[in-house]
Amino acid sequence: MSKIILIGVNHKTAPVELREKLSFSSEEIISALEFLKQDKDIKESLLFSTCNRTEILYIPQTGEQIDKMIEFLSHQRKIDSAEFKSSLYIYKEDEAIRHLFMVASSLDSMVVGEPQILGQIKQAYRVAVENNASGVLLNRLMHKTFSIAKKVRKETGIGDNAVSISYAAIELANKIFSDLSQKSVLLLGAGEMAELAVEHLISNKVKNIVVANRTFKNAVELAQKFNGHAVKFEERQDALKDVDIIISSTGATEYVLTLDQVKQAMKKRRHNTLFFIDIAVPRDIDPKINTVSNAYVYDIDDLKNIVESNIEQRGKETIKAQRFIEEAVLKFRKWLESLAIVPTVKALNNKISSIVDIEFNKTLSNLKHLSQEDIEAIKRMTQAIASRTIHDPILFLRNTGDHRDDSLYLNVTQQLFNIDIPEKE
Amino acid sequence: MNLQAADMVLQITTVLYFTSMIGYLLFLFNQKSTYQRSALYLISTAIGFHFVSMVIYTIATRHVPIQNLSQSLSVAAFSLGCMFLFFQYKFDLKILGVFASILLSGIMLAVLLIPDAPVEKNAVLKGFWFYSHIIMVFTGEAALALACGAGILYLLQEKGIKTKSPGFFFKRLPSLDLLDNVGYTCLTTGFALLTIGLATGFIYAKTIWGRFWSWDPKEVFSVGTWVVYAALLHLRLYSGWRGRKSAIMTIVGFLIIIFTFIGVNILLGGHHQPFTK
Repeated sequence: MSKIILIGVNHKTAPVELREKLSFSSEEIISALEFLKQDKDIKESLLFSTCNRTEILYIPQTGEQIDKMIEFLSHQRKIDSAEFKSSLYIYKEDEAIRHLFMVASSLDSMVVGEPQILGQIKQAYRVAVENNASGVLLNRLMHKTFSIAKKVRKETGIGDNAVSISYAAIELANKIFSDLSQKSVLLLGAGEMAELAVEHLISNKVKNIVVANRTFKNAVELAQKFNGHAVKFEERQDALKDVDIIISSTGATEYVLTLDQVKQAMKKRRHNTLFFIDIAVPRDIDPKINTVSNAYVYDIDDLKNIVESNIEQRGKETIKAQRFIEEAVLKFRKWLESLAIVPTVKALNNKISSIVDIEFNKTLSNLKHLSQEDIEAIKRMTQAIASRTIHDPILFLRNTGDHRDDSLYLNVTQQLFNIDIPEKE
Repeated sequence: MNLQAADMVLQITTVLYFTSMIGYLLFLFNQKSTYQRSALYLISTAIGFHFVSMVIYTIATRHVPIQNLSQSLSVAAFSLGCMFLFFQYKFDLKILGVFASILLSGIMLAVLLIPDAPVEKNAVLKGFWFYSHIIMVFTGEAALALACGAGILYLLQEKGIKTKSPGFFFKRLPSLDLLDNVGYTCLTTGFALLTIGLATGFIYAKTIWGRFWSWDPKEVFSVGTWVVYAALLHLRLYSGWRGRKSAIMTIVGFLIIIFTFIGVNILLGGHHQPFTK
């Protein structure tokens, strides 16, 4: 029976330098699949490679072909196998299926619940299909993978919660403002923290970015980088009039924005909402500003608290997701087993029908007086006897019960009826 | 015979509103869009049935069903349903259905429980001004009810964000901006309709009683309500009363409407009284 094997490295087993060496570009994946296809020992294969993982999923023709795969990786990536062998994980059968389901459901990701991985696996599968590298087994397995990943995403809260500070801040901004692309951001401080925060916002495409910094030169540089404009640090209060989100990360020891300043600014902006994100320690934004109506102040601790409770929540959802995956693995196992009995059932059917045919023809040759109708009737009867005879045994083989060893019964059947099953199907 | 048919259809309507409410509550907890879609479908069907019931009644009795409290409430519910469908279509704010379906179910329950006061044929209750008065006031107040709903949702969401403890509602409700915007649109629509409704009411009064204003308690309170909403809109436009303050005001405004609708007649009497007996 065909085995399902998965070997690979991920962010848990290999450092980034090694993962980089083992990663495949999309063209390299195609040529690698081509290479595997030529190999008579590999029946089906699929390869996916992201910045956090490189994994090969394959069905060997015979045996397990693990050494061959390691050699293949080493040859393809031009890296000595000793270098990565210890970082490699090798999963077989149910473990491989489970691992694949976990990866696709984003339970194995660095940031659990991140949504990209499913798309990446879908892409890998598309490539495998286009290059005819996958077959019956992998096709079925991949479709099951996609449906379980979808189910996990839909029915658990795994992808719901922001588990990084900047993501939590953006999620909040999205619950305050309906359309971030219409909102402007003021950066107080032009340090690395500010840059990081803005990079996340940029991916959400804000309307405009204004930078204010004590050293004006740095403000100008950062503003240029994000196509924004710089203002003098002293102008920060005026700038509040036209921005909606303020991200502060200066090294100041005192508040750079006070309650009074914001109150005045609020009047000028006709009480349109302001969202302050204070990632500086010590804090830049007077926390009392939060009491002003339509102003919301979140400092780094507030954001951390949200992230922590989200991580906790995610832990609970993970347990639920794992249950879904276990169920899916069991189901797939059942399907695999039902697949295993197909050749035996087929052979059994062939054997009985050929016996019936032979005997029927033999008898018929001595009964010349029968009309065509009679012949047909007798033929139908013999066929019915044949199929009724093997009906119960086949039913039993299809469902031998959960705790029995199917291969034993397949063996017994093959011996009882003296049928040969070719090993390669 | 026909009256019985109207009552039966109205009962079916109530059951549909309740089923829709259950759908919306399931949606609130599970966030599955199938629940929301089914609930919206149910509520639309309910509104259709509601309309049919009113038509049957009108044909059978030769006057519109707005002669006593039970009937007025029923019309109020119908207007609310129509307004909800309109704003749902405009904003696709799914969660507003939770508020609308609960309110609708509540009103319909009252409609069925309140005994039908005997209706005396009243010749003055007809004519263009009468019908425009009714339609404008009821749809206007329905829009203001939805503004109140949006206000409640706004306060729920705002509280979580302000106190830095995003809880049950954080994921389930849309952004503050959107809720404020929906509330504002409902408010301006409702206010405009109410203004026309009051104006047509005065004209109607003139044609029937020969004077625009007769110090009827309901007139006084209605104009009071109108002033409250006018003040709110003014503050919003000129003093930046948006967000939380505006949300609270829409809720207060709607409470005054409820009092004007029911309380005034019960406590103070007046020529609107028979409709709410």
